[in-house]
Amino acid sequence: MENDELLIQFRNREIIGKIIRKIREESKNLGRIKIMHVCGTHEWTITHFGIRSLLPENIEVIAGPGCPVCVTPASEIDALAELSLRNNVIITTFGDIFRVPGVKTSLIEAKSMGGDIRIVYSMLESIEIAKKENKKIVHFSIGFETTAPTTAIEILKGPPKNFSVFVTHKLIPPAMEFLLKTGPRIDGFICPGHVSTIIGVRPYRKIAEKYKKPMCIAGFEPLDVIIGILNIIEQIKEGTYYVYNEYSRAVKEEGNIIALDTLDKVFDIKDSWWRGIGLIENSGLKLKKEYEEYDAIKIFDINIKPIDHMPEGCRCGDVLKGIISPNECPLFGKICNPNHPIGPCMVSFEGSCSIAYKYGKNIT
Amino acid sequence: MCLAIPAKIIKIKGEIAEVDIGGIRKETSIALVKDVKEGDYVLIHTGYAIAKINEEEAKELIELWKMMSY
Ligand code: SF4
Repeated sequence: MENDELLIQFRNREIIGKIIRKIREESKNLGRIKIMHVCGTHEWTITHFGIRSLLPENIEVIAGPGCPVCVTPASEIDALAELSLRNNVIITTFGDIFRVPGVKTSLIEAKSMGGDIRIVYSMLESIEIAKKENKKIVHFSIGFETTAPTTAIEILKGPPKNFSVFVTHKLIPPAMEFLLKTGPRIDGFICPGHVSTIIGVRPYRKIAEKYKKPMCIAGFEPLDVIIGILNIIEQIKEGTYYVYNEYSRAVKEEGNIIALDTLDKVFDIKDSWWRGIGLIENSGLKLKKEYEEYDAIKIFDINIKPIDHMPEGCRCGDVLKGIISPNECPLFGKICNPNHPIGPCMVSFEGSCSIAYKYGKNIT
Repeated sequence: MCLAIPAKIIKIKGEIAEVDIGGIRKETSIALVKDVKEGDYVLIHTGYAIAKINEEEAKELIELWKMMSY
């Protein structure tokens, strides 16, 4: 078994060498090419395996807003922190956002002030807590299309009456479109593997055609990512712009139909604020009217002020838009590190700054 | 957040399945995937199976996941 795995890795290395040579050849006369990915796990693969250092100088792979925790508005964190201080409320949340600073406070600070905030691994756990407790349980429903169906399926099943959700789910394709419309030039996208298991290939196809940009849905092996990069370069060279599904092992053309159907039943689409980026049309989800009884925003009459806030000096916004890489932020590694994070991109383990700090010896 | 972990389905009890994640047993919801049976491999995200995958893919991902969980 171990030998088999070594052999597979060795073969990969040989193939990787060949693909890198092909990338060099194909990209020779293309000028500067900027490829964006929008997934924390892709950033991990790229940084951990030093993929950037293997690429020719004119090929730049940048990270976009692929970290849901990083783009959750600071004012929403404040709202949840405030809610946790009410004596009949328990907040349940995924661990990633626990330490992310809001405008006034983080959830971890609210907990130290007496807020009842519990870290859960899954919606299932929050519902179990609701079954056992008399207090009102509010689950902080963050995440992209990968996570939103887990919220939707539990709402559809009818959770306990003392359970509600604070929904801040966001959608990736509208953010990609927003960046193409407003940001610096992007020549192609590596589309996120796990989001794509849910949404399938079609949503990207519309964007690829409208903006004439090549796209590739890629898996998470180093080999997957460099095949993705090669495909995009080949498309640029040929002047084509289709969506290549390199991750067909897990991603179907139509996506996960049960999950999509569940999303449709439970949520409406709304405009949504992305921290550090701004208001993006049709990029968020909210509970449909018929599920209002589970909507914490309605139940507790929460009013969220649409302000975009970053800690002073933090350039997460520019990192999330792919304008700078983490080490171009003057605070990176100096006063901002995973033990003392200043901005959301250093707090979350999927944030580009955190990944760059931990694994970034090969950052170009 | 968007991380999904490969797992093997050991036992199915209605919408909940007992799965093996790199040697660790856990319970997971299979409400979001159809036609899964004991012995199948799935990707698990925050306690829910979100996609069926094949054994080879699962093994590759387990290796990658072990590296990531430093
Ligand atoms: S290094 Fe720290 S301060 Fe700078 S952008 Fe990243 S999170 Fe913000």
